[in-house]
Amino acid sequence: MNETEQNPVMAAMQARSSEALRAPRISIRGVDFFYGTNKALKSIDLDLPDRQVTGMIGPSGCGKSTLLRVLNRMYDLYPGQRAVGQVMMDGANILDPGMDLNQLRSRVGMVFQKPTPFPMTIYENIAFGVKLHERLAKAAMDERVEWSLTRAALWGEVKDRLNSSAMGLSGGQQQRLCIARTIAVRPEVILLDEPTSALDPISTLKIEELIDELKQDFTIAIVTHNMQQAARCADQVAFFYLGELVEVGTATQMFTAPRERRTQEYITGRFG
Amino acid sequence: MSAAALSLTGPARDARVAGLLSRRRKLVDGLVKLLCIAATAMGLALLASILFTLLFRGVSALGLHVFTDITRPPGSNGGLLNAIVGSLVQTMVGAAIGTPIGLMVGTYLSEYARTSALGNAVRFVSDVLLSAPSILIGLFVYTILVEPFGGFSGIAGCVALAVIVVPIVVRTTEDMLRLIPTELREAAVAVGAPKWRVIVLICYRAALDGIATGVLLAVARVAGETAPLLFTSLGNLNWSLSMTQPMSSLPVTIYQYAGSAFDDWVDLAWAGALLITFGVLALNIVARVVLRPRA
Repeated sequence: MNETEQNPVMAAMQARSSEALRAPRISIRGVDFFYGTNKALKSIDLDLPDRQVTGMIGPSGCGKSTLLRVLNRMYDLYPGQRAVGQVMMDGANILDPGMDLNQLRSRVGMVFQKPTPFPMTIYENIAFGVKLHERLAKAAMDERVEWSLTRAALWGEVKDRLNSSAMGLSGGQQQRLCIARTIAVRPEVILLDEPTSALDPISTLKIEELIDELKQDFTIAIVTHNMQQAARCADQVAFFYLGELVEVGTATQMFTAPRERRTQEYITGRFG
Repeated sequence: MSAAALSLTGPARDARVAGLLSRRRKLVDGLVKLLCIAATAMGLALLASILFTLLFRGVSALGLHVFTDITRPPGSNGGLLNAIVGSLVQTMVGAAIGTPIGLMVGTYLSEYARTSALGNAVRFVSDVLLSAPSILIGLFVYTILVEPFGGFSGIAGCVALAVIVVPIVVRTTEDMLRLIPTELREAAVAVGAPKWRVIVLICYRAALDGIATGVLLAVARVAGETAPLLFTSLGNLNWSLSMTQPMSSLPVTIYQYAGSAFDDWVDLAWAGALLITFGVLALNIVARVVLRPRA
């Protein structure tokens, strides 16, 4: 029996075609991150290739979610958290103190671990973000809501109940609503922070299919604890350990021929 | 490990000791349960006796004239119209002044000053105010609004009630806003919403039921307040809706009538007490049932 047959990660790798990495959409250079005086990221260099999926893996506390929260400056909400270095996107440094954060977040959307529907109707959930950045007539807004829900593979399930509360949806539906809400703003980059860890396997599968679909238009970064998910979804995989980026490469290279021993040990489940 | 192995590794159990312990446990359990039931029964009995007396004395004194006629000298079959309207006006205006202030202070504490020194100081002062004797609040408003402006007035009564409303609304607003998960705030920030929009459009909406309950309970609380009104709106035996004149109110009228020597005044005091009690009860029921957090 050869090794690929018994290893589900390998099986997932073989099920997809490997692709060369495109030019970077976001370039991270020498980024350090501090929680107070505690250094959580150490001199990170990483490119997110345009309209491809970057999977960020590593044990809990390795800094992968922290890096994600640097990319839309979410950490800015909390005094004492601070990032230094360069995150270049469209020729501007995201970490620039003069950056318009609300505009940045309309270009770099984020989906969280737990589904977070707003306490309003399904329609309003989508329209909320759009209204912050655009002035649309009712018809155009209707169209946008339908477009984003369709892209998030949710339209068919909710089109007859757009005006009922989003809290009544199932967990998987709520998470797809959150994705719809994010893409409705028409960002360039979507950050996914363990988007399926609170979902059942069927909903997880739907989200993964969705990610595959969405990467035609959006640059995606996904933090995941699930190796198979990284193998199924990601074009590029970055392995973090103790605040350092240990290794980054195409998914095929990372899962079949990792250069670092720590990467090898982590993806085969020997530590983490 | 198999069950057999488990029983071999554990100590041998003495059936007599185990039975003794079990009986003891049941006895203590029964005793504590009995004490709890007795205490509950005592509390309920007191409450029921109050309500029953109130119903018995109040209903017999209640009549249409209570609602249609104003307070009159003893023996001339007066009503409570001016007191009822005065109470409604002062409670509503007091709540209308106090609620926005409380709402904003609560928002400040929860959203802007969760850990700051100023926030902690404000929170402490608000909590002290929450339990301050209401007669002190009456005296406070007396010195700032009654004495300098040359007399008792309806607006002074409203302000005194507002001072009581503020800390209640501050506390519930802060508590309810703090219950909102961080993820929800971050989710709103993540689509590019500025902080004030997150607070107004997301947080207030998520906390609406709780905050509304707090406001209703604050209204219920001040509707029955007597002490702060004694030094401020004083009470008025004539019909007056002027905010610059003394204004009548149910609690103060009850206070004056209940201690009087005239039977018809005492009867009216019972009727007034019944009205206030059921008004407050209704507000509480609305607060608890209609605004119950939706699942």
